[in-house]
Amino acid sequence: MPKITYIEHDGKTHTIEVASGLSVMEGAVQNNIPGIDADCGGSMACATCHVYVKDEWFNKLPKKEDGEEDMLDMAFEPKKNSRLSCQLMVSDQLDGLVVNLPEKQV
Amino acid sequence: MIKTDALIIGAGPTGLFTAHQLKLIGLSCEIVDNLDKIGGQCIELYPDKPIYDIPAIPECTGEELTNNLIEQLKPFNIKFHLSERVEEVKKNNEIWQVKTNKGTEFNTPNIIIAGGVGSFEPRKFSPKECEKFENKSIFYAIKDKTIFKGKTVSIFGGGDSALDWAIELSKDSKVNLIHRRDEFRGAQASVDKMNELAKSDKINLFTKYQLKSVKGKENLEGIEIEHDDKEVKNLETDYVLGFFGLIMQLGPIANWGLNIDKKTISVDTEKFETNQKGIYAVGDICTYPGKLKLILSGFHEGALAARACFKLARPNEKYRFEFTTSSKSIKKRLGVKE
Repeated sequence: MPKITYIEHDGKTHTIEVASGLSVMEGAVQNNIPGIDADCGGSMACATCHVYVKDEWFNKLPKKEDGEEDMLDMAFEPKKNSRLSCQLMVSDQLDGLVVNLPEKQV
Repeated sequence: MIKTDALIIGAGPTGLFTAHQLKLIGLSCEIVDNLDKIGGQCIELYPDKPIYDIPAIPECTGEELTNNLIEQLKPFNIKFHLSERVEEVKKNNEIWQVKTNKGTEFNTPNIIIAGGVGSFEPRKFSPKECEKFENKSIFYAIKDKTIFKGKTVSIFGGGDSALDWAIELSKDSKVNLIHRRDEFRGAQASVDKMNELAKSDKINLFTKYQLKSVKGKENLEGIEIEHDDKEVKNLETDYVLGFFGLIMQLGPIANWGLNIDKKTISVDTEKFETNQKGIYAVGDICTYPGKLKLILSGFHEGALAARACFKLARPNEKYRFEFTTSSKSIKKRLGVKE
């Protein structure tokens, strides 16, 4: 199973196996990783599953759909490398992905 | 003081249908919502997005669903308390005493929380120092635009609120418009108008910048904004406005002694009652084994919670289950002529 690494804002690192087909957000929520709220449940209607992705991975990810960037306007401290983790689908191509969590979501 | 058989917190689809169920079985109810309009997430987050999984409705938008639910409630004349947030909930002799931020008070044996993911609040600026200027020189909504006349106003955001206010205030104020990227998500006509004003220097436009810090001891003196590539600019400004949309916060619900886990309230699946007798939770805010965050689940949960309310509101009567197709008393409540 692909391994995804979530790094909390204070540096605490969680590497877990997430089944292909789940989103990076679902991987975090199902494994009780703090720092991803996902208030809307993955319908791209809030910005509380916001993560930062380092350049080497950011460029490998599928491009943002319309709407994700709009939603990121409402995120806490969005940056150039911000993504909504509900829009990142786990697959073998994403094995080893590292995401950094913002200080808070709301 | 308002006496009611049940108080519903939240005017989203679940709250609306729960009100329908309460009135259908002959109970009184009123609804409080922190938003200034009816519809909850459906209206605030996705008014134009089609929904495909409402039973018997192949496709409808959040706005259409809300309008239909309001239409369905028409026979009942329900009192809504909009732009009000429930702050306090206390028990006195089996009766809940409820108070809103505007001072409205309710006495009720039943409270049904249909609060979604909490109340919608404006997303605020992240630098901590912003708090001390809030509602003095930093605002997230505008109540009186005359205070900006002849002043410098720095507006942050890329949606319609930011654009509309930048355009409006540029008539009588010096306006800086700051947004984190080049694209604006507001209406195209507003984007065009804003670009036109920026070209003629009526609006100073800064894209790919975000607020870094605010300066000033007693009064706000200026702000620092930072570009994506770390370059920092100082702007003198009298006022700062942030329009980043609304986020959902659980808010005061967290203080009512309920079992809360990850922003959701644990309930049983018979009455959808919380650990507090007479307080129920339905819709997205409740949790139980197998919970699905679907609108249709909220309808079911509300229907059952409404029946549970009957017991506490009419302790000396027995609830009789009836169908709308055949019950004379229900038809009378609906105002249906036979």
